[in-house]
Amino acid sequence: MRIALVGNPNCGKTALFNQLTGGRQKVANYAGVTVERKEGRFVAPSGRTLHILDLPGAYSFEATSPDEAITRDVCHGRYPGEAAPDLIVCVADATNLRLHLRFVLEVRRLGRPVVLALNMMDAARRRGIAIDVAELSRRLGVPVVETVAVKRGGAKALIARIDESVPDIVPAAIDQASVEQLHTEVRSILAATVTTSRDTVAIDDAIDRWALHPVFGLAILATLMFFIFQAVFSWAEPIMDAIESGIAALGVFVTGFLPADSALHSLLNDGLFAGLGAVLVFLPQILILFLFILVLEESGYLPRAAFLLDRMMFRVGLTGRAFIPLLSSFACAIPGIMATRSIQDPRDRLTTILVAPLMTCSARLPVYTLLIAAFIPSRSVWGVFNLQGIVLFTLYFAGIFSALGVAFVMKRLRKDKSEHALIMELPSYRLPNVRDIGLGLWERAMIFLKRVGGIILALTVLLWFLSSFPGPPDGATQPAIDYSIAGRLGRMLEVIFAPIGFNWQICIALVPGLAAREVAVAALGTVYAMSGSDDSVASQLGPLIANQWSLATALSLLAWYVFAPQCMSTLAVIRRETNSWRNVAVAAGYLFGLAYLASLATYQIARALS
Amino acid sequence: MRLSDAPKGANAVVQSVSDAHPADPIAQRLRDLGFVAGEPVRLVARGPLGGDPLLIQIGSTRFALRKSEAARVDVLVDGAA
Ligand SMILES: Nc1nc2c(ncn2[C@@H]2O[C@H](COP(=O)(O)OP(=O)(O)OP(=O)(O)O)[C@@H](O)[C@H]2O)c(=O)[nH]1
Ligand SMILES: [Mg+2]
Repeated sequence: MRIALVGNPNCGKTALFNQLTGGRQKVANYAGVTVERKEGRFVAPSGRTLHILDLPGAYSFEATSPDEAITRDVCHGRYPGEAAPDLIVCVADATNLRLHLRFVLEVRRLGRPVVLALNMMDAARRRGIAIDVAELSRRLGVPVVETVAVKRGGAKALIARIDESVPDIVPAAIDQASVEQLHTEVRSILAATVTTSRDTVAIDDAIDRWALHPVFGLAILATLMFFIFQAVFSWAEPIMDAIESGIAALGVFVTGFLPADSALHSLLNDGLFAGLGAVLVFLPQILILFLFILVLEESGYLPRAAFLLDRMMFRVGLTGRAFIPLLSSFACAIPGIMATRSIQDPRDRLTTILVAPLMTCSARLPVYTLLIAAFIPSRSVWGVFNLQGIVLFTLYFAGIFSALGVAFVMKRLRKDKSEHALIMELPSYRLPNVRDIGLGLWERAMIFLKRVGGIILALTVLLWFLSSFPGPPDGATQPAIDYSIAGRLGRMLEVIFAPIGFNWQICIALVPGLAAREVAVAALGTVYAMSGSDDSVASQLGPLIANQWSLATALSLLAWYVFAPQCMSTLAVIRRETNSWRNVAVAAGYLFGLAYLASLATYQIARALS
Repeated sequence: MRLSDAPKGANAVVQSVSDAHPADPIAQRLRDLGFVAGEPVRLVARGPLGGDPLLIQIGSTRFALRKSEAARVDVLVDGAA
């Protein structure tokens, strides 16, 4: 049997889906988290296997955004290659029935078997909302069960109900009811079944008075953002140092057993320890960044930030709704670009997709950190801030401002005067659950380690190979890498990149960086280890480049990474989400152009000044 | 009075939502969200820049609406005629 979870945004469908299937799909406190259909399976107590479908939230079957259209099509059996579900579990937020019941009525009109899950019953009880479930079920003509999707065992009643029998279909009383009629029905149902003391939660009102205050609200937002960048830089440092020395010690220990001039010794020392070690060090920073993102996502603050920034974003041709996709892009542009599906206006959506790669993704953090630690002195500024933290902050902001600039130019080019919608729900604040955040971080750590052990390892080994062969001719005077394939390629690319101050080692590192940006750091580690005369290079990349590069080159590379056009997966997802190669070409072209120009300007100015 | 012109904190009741142009999807969406005649609404806050967008409470739900969107909603403010 195939069961679809349908309901308004943010009512807990995905939390319920995870509860049923044991899945780990993303749950967060804002509308539009789920943007595609996700399938899972679960074996009911009776032994039957049920297929569960998690769908994007929708306010109505009159879809106004791509994610709502998916839900509409699946429910109507119009989704390509998929029959309509056998049973619809309509999920509604018990604290928000005035809004959610209308969509329940719309779903009931489909004429398919429906079970209503009243979710968030814990919150409803806390707020003193009393619901007469039996009466509600009688009036709706569908079975109603209470659930608490975020509590273990909170879906028991729902499981029991769907395992029992497929409920009868209620013949729609009024087939072509107008909106007003539906709302009238909702009101009469509510009057008969629900008693509430007050509409809002006092704590929400109190927080919003500050968080949305015209002056304090913006100040709080700016402070919060700045605090995050400082934390990413300063909290992680001790742990990073520990990992770094750990890897170096391990490298010395392991390679100690191998003959010093063997290929295996070189592969382990120059490829694995110098390459992978250089990337692994950044795990703590990435986790701290995600800690903040996860807490913010679950708190309900993000839509508030979108509210505060909507006007400004609108002026430059974006929308407040773009805030959350763009913020997700700080983790990685790929989920960020996917999240734009919740933007109603196709033009707003395209603009957001095209500027999302300008948000500094976590894969660029290793590059930034490496260069900042090597070239920027760790000095305190005005007693409170660290100069390194400030430089990092500036780099992030350079990305944000260029995104605003690019969006503005696109708006101008489009010359479009029509109206774009905002209409965005602000959810109740919620205290993040420590266990969920912990699990989320654990997951991020695993993803990162898998990347390191997978694509980054593969590319590093490949690069080591290309930098080792062909070996140097007899009587060679230069380091072996100069005669290898990678060395030659680097020299060729150097012609293009010399004006922006990149040496051939950087040029080589940029190539595998196309597949995963962090690899650039691993690649630099390997390349320098290969060209170094001694073997002590492992995980000492920072001091080494500090010696060999000019400050101008370092700054230029930082500027390059603000735009960093080289990420294949991002371009692939742009292609998939916009279904157009033209957009891919536009994105790649403008990113490359901006990166080159920015680096050129940075390099030339820095050189002129020094 | 238009909802976009309602004073901050005032309680109001929706009279109607008008289409800005034929088959206006924004007006349709507002009606779906509960902006229908007789529904009590409140303008809770205004955005920091130019007073845009507006934070509107309807039932127990809060929506951020741009001024141009809220202007489609005709309301009667309590106390005012
Ligand atoms: N207190 C409480 N919170 C819940 C419950 N179910 C879900 N939540 C929270 O509600 C928020 C939304 O949950 P999601 O599962 O992401 O909601 P969704 O319906 O999938 O949302 P979209 O994918 O955006 O449509 C999250 O912050 C959850 O932690 C519940 O039963 N009780
Ligand atoms: Mg979801």
